[in-house]
Order: sequence, then C-alpha cells, then structure tokens
Amino acid sequence: MTTLAPPAARITETTAPSGGRGGALIWLTLPALLIFTAFAIVPLFGVLALSFTTWNGLGTIHPSGLDSWNTVLTEPGLLHALGITFLIMGLSWLVQTPASVLLGVFLAAHFRYRGFLAVLYFIPLLLSSAAIAITYKSLLDPNFGIGSGTGLGFLSQDWLGDSTLAVGMLVFIVSWQYIPFHTLIYQGAVRSIPKTMYEAALIDGAGRVRQFFSITLPQLKYTIITSSTLMVVGSLTLFDLIYVLTAGGPGDATRVLALDMYETGFGKSLMGPASAIAVILVLVGLLLSQLLRRLGGRGDESQQEGV
Amino acid sequence: MRRNWIGGSLAWLWLIVAMVPIYWVVITSFKTQASYFITNTFAPPTEPILDNYQDVLEAGFVRYFLNSVTVSVGAVVPAVAVSFMAAYAIVRGAGNRWLRSINSVFMLGLAIPLQAVVIPVYLIIIRLQMYDTLAAIILPSIAFAIPLSVLVLANFIRDVPKELFESMRVDGAGEWGTMWRLAFPLTRPALVTVAIYNTLSIWNGFILPLILTQSEDQRTMPLALWTFQSEYGVNTPAIAASVTLTTVPIVLAYAIGRRQLLSGLTAGFGK
Repeated sequence: MTTLAPPAARITETTAPSGGRGGALIWLTLPALLIFTAFAIVPLFGVLALSFTTWNGLGTIHPSGLDSWNTVLTEPGLLHALGITFLIMGLSWLVQTPASVLLGVFLAAHFRYRGFLAVLYFIPLLLSSAAIAITYKSLLDPNFGIGSGTGLGFLSQDWLGDSTLAVGMLVFIVSWQYIPFHTLIYQGAVRSIPKTMYEAALIDGAGRVRQFFSITLPQLKYTIITSSTLMVVGSLTLFDLIYVLTAGGPGDATRVLALDMYETGFGKSLMGPASAIAVILVLVGLLLSQLLRRLGGRGDESQQEGV
Repeated sequence: MRRNWIGGSLAWLWLIVAMVPIYWVVITSFKTQASYFITNTFAPPTEPILDNYQDVLEAGFVRYFLNSVTVSVGAVVPAVAVSFMAAYAIVRGAGNRWLRSINSVFMLGLAIPLQAVVIPVYLIIIRLQMYDTLAAIILPSIAFAIPLSVLVLANFIRDVPKELFESMRVDGAGEWGTMWRLAFPLTRPALVTVAIYNTLSIWNGFILPLILTQSEDQRTMPLALWTFQSEYGVNTPAIAASVTLTTVPIVLAYAIGRRQLLSGLTAGFGK
C-alpha cells in the first residue's frame, strides 16, 4: 500500500475549527511536548551553555567564559576534523547519489525482479552500524580477509591501517549501508512521474538516455534535494560506524567532527570544549540544510543535472 | 522496450556487493577458529559447527537481547502514543496559534542531531540519578523519535475526510473519543510504519547506551557486539556468530513488516 503517498495540503488553510476547541486539544500535545522539551530542546540550549563552562564530566561545573571556545578554535584538531568530515560527506555523496538514482530508476521499472531484489537489497538497512563495522573489520583483515579469499593480491591491503585507504573504505562502507535507503526513496519518486511524459517523449523520438536526462532527472529534482539533505546531515553525525571501525584512526585520519567531540568530552573529560565542538556541529548542519533548501527553492525550472 | 543494460548490470553488481559481507559473516559463524585461518575465507565450512553460537549465548547475549527488547518496546510504544496524540491535536486544531507554535517546535527537532546534544543529555541523566539504567536510554530515545513520528502521522491524519470528524461531532463524541475511535483505526498503517521505523533505529542505537550505561547488566545488543568483539579479538568465527545472532531478530521482523516499512518510507520521504 502507498497509503502515505498523497501530498498533504499544507497547513495554510485557516478554515479549521478554532476557538474553544483548541484549548482541549493543546492538552493532547503535552506529553509529547514535555518529554521532547526535557530531552531535546533543553539539551540543545544546554550544549550552548556548557560550551562556556569547564566541567570534567563528574565534578561541579564552573563558568569559564570563552575558555573552551579559545581552546577549540586555536587547536589544529578542529580544522582537521572539519576537513575530514567534509571530505567523507562529499565523497559519499558522489558515490551514493548516482548509484541510488540509477538503482531507483531500474527498480521502479522492473516489477519482475522487485520482490526478489527488494528482500536482499535492503538488508544492509537493517543492520546496526556496530554490526556492520565489526563485519567489515574482520573482512578487511589483510591476512585472512577478502584478499586471501578471492586470491586477488591487490585486495590484500592494510585497508584500515593506511590513512588514504581508510577514508576510502569508510566512504565505501557508508555507501554500502545507505544506498539501499536512498534507492528506496528514488524508486518511490520515479514511480510517481506521470507516464504520459514518457509517452510524449517517445513520440518525439527521444531515446532512453535522452528520456533519462530530460524527464527523469528534472522530475527527481526535489527528491534529489531531500535525499542529499539526508545524506549530508547524516554524514555529519556519522559516529557509531567510525567509532567501532577505526576509532578515528589510523592516527587521526578518520577523526570526524562527531568523533572529535566524543573523544574530547568522554575520552579526555573536557566537556566544555566538547560542547563547543557540538555547537559547531549543530551550526554546520543547520547551515548545510538551509543551503540545500535554497538550492531547491530557486524556481521550478528544471536544471539539467538536478543539484 | 529495449532492455536497460546499465541499470540492469548495476542492479546485479550491487546485489553482489551487498550480499558478500552478509554471506561471509553467516558462513564464518559456522567455522571452527582453526579452520577459519587455514581455509579460503569465502568457502563454506566443511563441517559446520554451532559452538560459536554457544559461546555467544554463554557470553550473556540472552540478557543483552532482553535489554534491547525492553529499551525498544519501552521507547517505541510511548513515543508512538504521544506522537499520535500530538499529531491529532495539531491537525484538528490547525487554526490555533498555540498548536501551530507547538508544531514548529517539533519540526525544529528534525534538525537537531542526537550526537550533538549527548553531553547535556548525559548531564540531565546524572542529575536525575538515572545513570546506568535502561530508563536512561529510553527517555532520550522517545524524545528523538517524536519529531519524525509527528510529521508522518500528522500528514496521514490530515487525509482523513473532514466529514467523518463532523459526523462524530454530531453524534456527540468529544475529541478524546474521536481520536481513539475514528482517527486511531484510520491511521493504523502509518502507526505501524512509524513504529517499525523507530524500533529499527532504537534497536540499533549505539551512542546512548555507550554514554549512559556502563555495567554489563544494562548492555544492549549493539554495545554488547562491540565489547564482545574487543574481548574475543582474533576469534573471528565467534565474532561472526555474534553479528549473525543479533541480526536474526531484525531480519525476521523485516520479513514480516516489509511491505509496511517500505511503502511508508517511500511515501514519507519521496515527495
């Protein structure tokens, strides 16, 4: 069933009953509002407040002005973490987007395989990042892993022990984990493109490639933006996978922002600076999702390549 | 229609890429440690054994499994219930200024990454004297499940024809009765989708258990996998068995609820 599919009318309608009834209805939102405020909104402001304090995670919290910010902003670790975060974000976007679009288009058109493929395809979506990281860690072992198994010498690399290879591997594993999810999104979107558009294109003599670039891609524009936003924001908060797979190593080659925050706070007991890093994390996330939204909002003329 | 070669070969290639690690982890879990090091890593075991699973079970995985069930059920049921009530109120009171602001607070939540606020969450949990309990994992999990749940459920309730609400009102039903007797049954597909989606993310959650618990009794499965892996180091077959065993329940749940989950996710994000 695609029962959720009909695009809901936005809440702009003001005809809805108001007045006395609103009061009773507000009560219904209170349980959700209460717990959401306590464990999401308060922490959001809390992290900002904590970034102006000194705290080791156990003792008392002392206000210390801009000390934490000074520490964080003058350390080269922050720039490095930001760089690695953006590198992994960019590379995994570059791998995931074309692959998910093509797979989504294919799956949307081929009903025959879909039932069978769908079962197997989406298994990576179900696994915890911890399980995925542990599996790949053993599978990538230079002596007993994939290299010796396939007999292909070039696969016997120290995948997680070399800085460049480790970043590449991480991008691969992230893609392995999330391509199914994005494929699913694109598949749904492709299926909602009106068939008549393709029929018209066929009459005009447009081939398959031409159809893909002049109908499918432009029609997927908003989906590409949604999916990209999820990828970008998701890769900002990539923590479980990296923590278990490389713990930021080798050296600090895969120490992304979220990991830098965790290590600073819970590893070195510097909760003030860790909170400052967390604030930066929130700001970068907001900035990027606003940027992507802008990109989507600029006219509905179809750009040839989507984003 | 000509065949789509690019898409087709990519689809099958991806299938192989997606399946290799899964195939490998399953077959390895049935090998002895000795044979793992001398046989081809992709060859199925010549004499499959179950000893690795016994090791894993003896390492306390029954306990960790029950902990994960407690956390998932304890978080998902209340999260879906309170989100449904909130979504109902937001849709029914669309003209109300207060409800509109409440809705925007929830939508703001979509942009708050859990990872970024774990430090204050840790502080709050300590102050509530809940550190190292399952409740410590449950409460923030509920909070972070709410925004997306409210969004999806509200979109769904909005599609219930206005006349149905009107006829309930004419029959003298209050908001409470209308919510449970009319909106709840009509929203069931969306409720199931939201419940499955939240179960998946809470069941697989890692950072909250990592930060908010420390003792073995309170360990959930993803965290247990990680500690098991660091304790068993080179015993790859045992590690593979732990991964396989912890994955079986979700794959089973997926097999049962697949249709719901896939259609729900497609509709939720595909606009």
